[in-house]
Amino acid sequence: MSAERLVEVKDLKRVFDVSKPLISRLIDGEPRRLLKAVDGLDFTINRGETLGIVGESGSGKSTLARMVVGLLRPTGGRVLIEGIDMAATNDPAARRDVRRRMQMIFQDPYASLNPRWRVGDIIAEPIHAFGLGAGEANGQASSKAAIAARAGDLLRLVGLDPADARKYPHEFSGGQRQRIAIARALASNPDFIVCDEPTSALDVSIQAQILNLMRDLQEKLGLTYLLITHNLAVVRHMATRVGVMYLGRLVEIADTAELFARPRHPYTRMLLDAVPDLAMSGRARTPVGGEVPNPIDPPPGCPFHPRCPKAIARCKVDVPTFTDNVACHLAHAPAEMAGVGA
Amino acid sequence: MTQPLLSIRDLRVEFATRRGPLVALDGVSFDLAPGEILGVVGESGAGKSLTGLSVIGLLDPPGRIAGGEIHFDGQRIDNLSPDAMRKIRGRRIGMIFQDPLTSLNPLLRVGDQLVETILTHTSATPKEAREQAIALLAEVGIPAPEKRIDGYPHEFSGGMRQRVVIALALCAGPSLVIADEPTTALDVSVQAQIIAVLKRLTRDHGAAVILITHDMGVIAETADRVAVMYAGRIAEIGKVGEVVREPLHPYAKGLMAAIPTLEGRVARLAQIPGAMPRLSAIPRGCAFNPRCPNVFDRCRIERPAPIALGERKAACWLYDREAAVPGEAARASR
Repeated sequence: MSAERLVEVKDLKRVFDVSKPLISRLIDGEPRRLLKAVDGLDFTINRGETLGIVGESGSGKSTLARMVVGLLRPTGGRVLIEGIDMAATNDPAARRDVRRRMQMIFQDPYASLNPRWRVGDIIAEPIHAFGLGAGEANGQASSKAAIAARAGDLLRLVGLDPADARKYPHEFSGGQRQRIAIARALASNPDFIVCDEPTSALDVSIQAQILNLMRDLQEKLGLTYLLITHNLAVVRHMATRVGVMYLGRLVEIADTAELFARPRHPYTRMLLDAVPDLAMSGRARTPVGGEVPNPIDPPPGCPFHPRCPKAIARCKVDVPTFTDNVACHLAHAPAEMAGVGA
Repeated sequence: MTQPLLSIRDLRVEFATRRGPLVALDGVSFDLAPGEILGVVGESGAGKSLTGLSVIGLLDPPGRIAGGEIHFDGQRIDNLSPDAMRKIRGRRIGMIFQDPLTSLNPLLRVGDQLVETILTHTSATPKEAREQAIALLAEVGIPAPEKRIDGYPHEFSGGMRQRVVIALALCAGPSLVIADEPTTALDVSVQAQIIAVLKRLTRDHGAAVILITHDMGVIAETADRVAVMYAGRIAEIGKVGEVVREPLHPYAKGLMAAIPTLEGRVARLAQIPGAMPRLSAIPRGCAFNPRCPNVFDRCRIERPAPIALGERKAACWLYDREAAVPGEAARASR
């Protein structure tokens, strides 16, 4: 696999203002309250790979996904798709092209499909929106037929029947709806798909079908995925590389096999230990303490230090920098980290 | 064998509809020994939650128990009056639901909810009840319980709230706790803590547990035995180690193989084609037959009853020794 960069995220930030209204704030003499949902992310995604992002609720995973596809404007930093910053570019044609090449699959297939539209129309919408149907401008009947044929092909590609195009979303099960959502995402011939918890709402046997489908499509169409999930087993199965987020920051990013075999950040270690052990191997596990703190008021220093079994005095004061793919003082000073990865 | 704490025989739950009754649970039978943890696993619509609700008598109309018997502690409870059932519920059978926000009253202090429950079900004085409540909160791992007892539910985090719910379920000293997806709304790191608390406390208090979840990992970690449900029926029931490592029923096999693990990246996850049938369209014979890789003629006509295989039971014709189809049984057991 060539290491051609498709997506570059540079110092990406998003702050939400969660203060009370101005007047109440003035009366109560309260300061503004800001929630740093994403606080300085740097990473790249190479063409053809799957980058998994894992983290618990409140870690900023979904905010990241929305910024990458341009549904949410970053407060700071940039998202470059093949060098083009969608938020900054003034060239509408370039922006439109980036939009076409980038699609998103959402968590809840019951909410992401318009219940009043026929499946065929749902799938054809991106084709109309990007003017991909040949001769569409003239409203020719032949182009209508061509688009319907294309919708049928897409349905077949995701394992449904082309005749399903005439049905409405409520006639389908959760897994089938997620297939429809995937077909719609593929309609504009994208090369990059952001998947935000694509299987969290599905049962395991259906999850397996969707994950297998996503893998097959990746091989067939050369897709690049950004896969956002809280399920470590799913990223283990799907991702080439994995980034772990905690309170808006990346704590570690590594090749999947490496991350699961030798986690470098204590938080990664903790997450891996917390997953229920299906194999019942009786592996030794360190007990997990505490919960994710409120992101409005994160702890000083390393945000993980109150829960970290290895925390040293420095962790309470200094925010660790993200260097060498990990943000941990102990990992940066190898002499002291005896045992973190053991 | 000691007398079971809970014994369910041929439980059938129906929902009346305009087009006739839908059978949501059909022929569900199992025993639960005192202090035992039974996991109930299955996909959405398999009837896991309905099984729990039937035991505690909280089936919402139009759902109703249409057949079978439930015996708890030697007493038949499926035909009790609502009043009689209310005396058992909360006192002798505790409940833990998925979402701790909806199972706590947001307008009442956590302590008041605990004290009220203790006062309702025991003969403690208000002062004793408060002391018991503080002790329980300490037991479920809430720091500074003497202060937190006066907090409101919204002042607790999700994990802490679920601890309060566990304390609430245990405060009257029940001999059975029904936990319906107790960790599904929680993050993994918190889930591990809650499972540990649930396991420790029910052991300390000698309560048996029916743990309902779709997460096979949680069951593997927690339960003694597991029942795998499919389309309102029990497909397989047995010791958790045996069912997880070597499932017998083709559905249980498929389910286990479909779960991605941390152990490594396989080329493809095994997938079961299709989806679970709707209640209105459960196929004739074995409910799993249209999706089953080992299906043969009999499966399409005759419905399999659970067949005992050692300590395990599987509702599958492959294991019917009297009428074994040559080769089929061997193939199914790999």
